[in-house]
Amino acid sequence: MKNAYVVAERELKSFFISPLAYVVIALFLAMSGLLFGLIVQQSREASLRGLFSNVSVLFLFIVPAITMRLLAEEQRSGTIEVLLTHPVQEWEIVLGKYLASLGLLLAILVLTLVFPAFLYAWGNPDTGPIVSGYVGVFLQAAAFMAVGLWASSMTQNQIIAAVVTFGLLLILWLSDSLGQVVGGTVGAILSYLSVLNHFSDFPRGVINLKDVVFYLSIVAGGLVLSTLMIQARRLR
Amino acid sequence: MIRVEHLTKHYGPRVAVADVTFHVEKGEILGFLGPNGAGKTTTMRMLTGYLPPTSGRAEVNGFDVVHQSLKARGSIGYLPEAVPMHPEMSVRSYLDYLGKLTGVRNRRAAVNLAMEKARIEHRAKDQIGKLSKGLRQRVGIAQALLGDPPVLIMDEPTSGLDPKQIIDTRNLIKSLQSDHTVVLSTHILPEVAATCSRVVIIANGRVVAEDTPENLDRRLKGAESLLVAVRGKPENVVAALRRVPKVLKVEPSGERTRGQTADVHAFSVECAVHADVRESIAQAVVQGGWGLLEMRQAQMNLEEIFLQLTREGGSPS
Repeated sequence: MKNAYVVAERELKSFFISPLAYVVIALFLAMSGLLFGLIVQQSREASLRGLFSNVSVLFLFIVPAITMRLLAEEQRSGTIEVLLTHPVQEWEIVLGKYLASLGLLLAILVLTLVFPAFLYAWGNPDTGPIVSGYVGVFLQAAAFMAVGLWASSMTQNQIIAAVVTFGLLLILWLSDSLGQVVGGTVGAILSYLSVLNHFSDFPRGVINLKDVVFYLSIVAGGLVLSTLMIQARRLR
Repeated sequence: MIRVEHLTKHYGPRVAVADVTFHVEKGEILGFLGPNGAGKTTTMRMLTGYLPPTSGRAEVNGFDVVHQSLKARGSIGYLPEAVPMHPEMSVRSYLDYLGKLTGVRNRRAAVNLAMEKARIEHRAKDQIGKLSKGLRQRVGIAQALLGDPPVLIMDEPTSGLDPKQIIDTRNLIKSLQSDHTVVLSTHILPEVAATCSRVVIIANGRVVAEDTPENLDRRLKGAESLLVAVRGKPENVVAALRRVPKVLKVEPSGERTRGQTADVHAFSVECAVHADVRESIAQAVVQGGWGLLEMRQAQMNLEEIFLQLTREGGSPS
């Protein structure tokens, strides 16, 4: 477990040495700031409800950029060999990488606190939905990160990892509509997999256990599959 | 310290390492010699726990590399062939990171010591990505030495270094001999003679010979041979040399001698083992009225041994 923190620490430092983290953060803040401004101006409401739904779309685009290098780069450059010839286990590497991506996610979310700060400064917003909305955004993005990590474990090529991540997230995003088209049992399963359906209650101030379980299952699945991928690569 | 028993690795249908067995005792430096693609790296990767063997077993420092992998890995300092590193990190932070993973005690001092031994301490703050190939190699050596592990496994430790650094690195490896066990791989033959106490020669995944460098040399030398450079008509010289007692064979040699001109020819002269024919040859040349320009012992070097061994036993099975 200690090794996972060591891996996470190194990864986070590397994030902030490379320009990628700053570009991603800047882009995210610019886009969400724009959305925040537009939504508040039009709705005249001291609430983040509209913003939360839109922000989760933004994560669809920035998560692949964050997760693509996590394991793909180690495999391409061969540093995974250094890691795996040290007394470190595969799951510790995977968990460490994942914690690093969560660290970056937290940094991004902390920076967005400026939006509710505006609302509190000039309005009287309802605190409950803001807190639950943040919980929802965090859980959803955390699930996205796990999907991205898995994609990154499958290839040595960061671009492929990013494209696969985006594709998988898009499927999770659209699966409700897909389910309605398909219908029947398959349709029901597809609808259940929809991240949209599981997200919608959070900005309304409702935290459902089933939604939390849904996101955490994706996280667990992503981590387990990534660990298996790393183990399997050695068995070629 | 290291026991390798019938180690075999298949990559799909391709056999990379076949039934390799060898032991290394504490304090030994074992040279792993073979052409590129012989299976050196694959064997080392199995020893370091990176690749699981298809069959057979290996033990490092008393720990099975598969079943007690973490403990085995904890006893090994490994220098991988390509020296993969994170280019954005500084030398010190990279070593510090690996020190944390290994659980090195007194980490700051250990990192300093490893950098000092590998002579990279003057670049401690530099980004690894900005270092030259030779300097990166030294960082790799520092990485292997970090925490003073009892077993060192080094895949081509001197590749990319300049001649002075090569000598320094060999001396460093030799200095570690007393309290470490070292396995190093190379395809450069003089390296083995210069550093190793024992050699395992591997070709096409199989061990074709295992001995000390001196013994291998002796074993393969059926006859002593001399290189003789003479100014004179080559046919006459050959005829005269063949008449010298105990000379078995005289052939024109491709080797050049200093100040060679058109009428100077080099010959390789083979004679019976332990027969010193040098004086008789000198006499024969002088009697013929030719000029003797050079005569030296042409030792069969590891290169020739190697070619001979791989020709004998290295054909793909």
